[in-house]
Amino acid sequence: MSIDSKARYAESHEYARLDGAEVVVGISDHAQAELGDIVFVELPAVGKTIAKGQTFGVVESVKAASDLYMPVGGTVVAVNAALEGDPALVNRDCYGEGWMLRVKPSDAAQLDVLMDAAAYGATVGEA
Amino acid sequence: MAPFAGFDMPISYPTGSVEEHLVTRRSVGLFDIDHMGQIEISGPGADEYVSRLVSARVSDMVVPQARYSLLLDGEGFVLDDLFVYRMPDSWWIVVNASNREADFAWFTAHAPKGVKVIDKSDETYMIAVQGPRAIELLDAIGKPAVSTLERFTWGRIAIEGVPVLFGRTGYTGEDGGELFFPAEKAEFLWKHILDSGAKLGIETMPIGLAARDSLRFEAGMPLHGHEISPSIKPLESGFKWACDFEKDFVGKEALEKLAAEGVTRKLVGLEVTGGVPREGYDVVDVSGRKVGVCVAGMFCPTVKKYAANAFVEPGLTKTGTRLAVLVRGQPKEAVVVKRPLYVPAYRR
Repeated sequence: MSIDSKARYAESHEYARLDGAEVVVGISDHAQAELGDIVFVELPAVGKTIAKGQTFGVVESVKAASDLYMPVGGTVVAVNAALEGDPALVNRDCYGEGWMLRVKPSDAAQLDVLMDAAAYGATVGEA
Repeated sequence: MAPFAGFDMPISYPTGSVEEHLVTRRSVGLFDIDHMGQIEISGPGADEYVSRLVSARVSDMVVPQARYSLLLDGEGFVLDDLFVYRMPDSWWIVVNASNREADFAWFTAHAPKGVKVIDKSDETYMIAVQGPRAIELLDAIGKPAVSTLERFTWGRIAIEGVPVLFGRTGYTGEDGGELFFPAEKAEFLWKHILDSGAKLGIETMPIGLAARDSLRFEAGMPLHGHEISPSIKPLESGFKWACDFEKDFVGKEALEKLAAEGVTRKLVGLEVTGGVPREGYDVVDVSGRKVGVCVAGMFCPTVKKYAANAFVEPGLTKTGTRLAVLVRGQPKEAVVVKRPLYVPAYRR
């Protein structure tokens, strides 16, 4: 299981990684492994503003559909269109090519409330 | 692991169910299906008795044939689907896990004096070996060769001294077979088949329940509790072919009545865009009126489509009919498609 040390994590297993003035959002390696093969990802329209903790989409694995929650509130500036043709990118490279959103945060301080890599690692049983 | 009819069954192995599905389509998948039940029927009058209880024609069956059939109740509902094997002095009937006890009780309750109905499930283990290279693998490790057997026939072979009843049958849409053998040899044979695959350079992988479901779904095979069930009649799900109306069988009158009146719902395949359809999701027409419900739905790894099987009003079954499936309340485009999505290898 890998944990991106540069990202911060929500209890619902989404990560948020500051990249310049934007935040990259996706799900953790632990989450993708728990879900199993991901076969569909539904993402919001670009330009939509979504509050922290609200659902921004759905990830469907072979087993089940799971809601995705905003780790930080903000406006969606980009979604990963590649996931439409190849949702398994989330399984293969969740922190890289399997990213989901780029968000312009309404309040970057919301990142500080999220768990850092060490704290998140502890909650999912990783050293 | 997930509980399934009293068995702990792997949903998927570490490889993941999509890869398991694809391996079965390209090489060999190994399925632990010991949850399936086996019933042996013998004695004077057994032929007539089996013929009356199962829907398919069996009177013309000769050794070593095996045939798909349904088991219906008096109202024409599907108690189970099964495989009937014509043995020299008996019938070997393979039933679904969740129905094993009910089927056995049904067979026992209807048996006339002299007919012996024996549940052989506990002493019999069942493994399926499926895929385009399955027969090659089995020929390499067992004697005599199974490649000489036709589809839907059986033979007796030995693998490393283990006596195996081999049926050239399966539930994946691929060539291969199903192996019945003494339960105490299960672990040995399972490992031996996997090891032999590795040794011979024939990619062979254990397959869990999720891929078993997607393989059968693509190939258009029914799963009890979904396309067929005790609340579904075979004429509704396109199984008239498995009912022989030229003979007498339990449920026949009810089906003839239904055929005369016309069914009120029919099973169709739907290809869905923009979401994953799943069991229980409603089907609506272009105006948003509910016209049916999905009984199974998933991502299909070989054809790379999101698809469902749904019961809809009989006027909406034509290929190309535009409908929608409500995926978490949102209508997603659905079009009626020809089933199966994947034509079984042995039918091409």
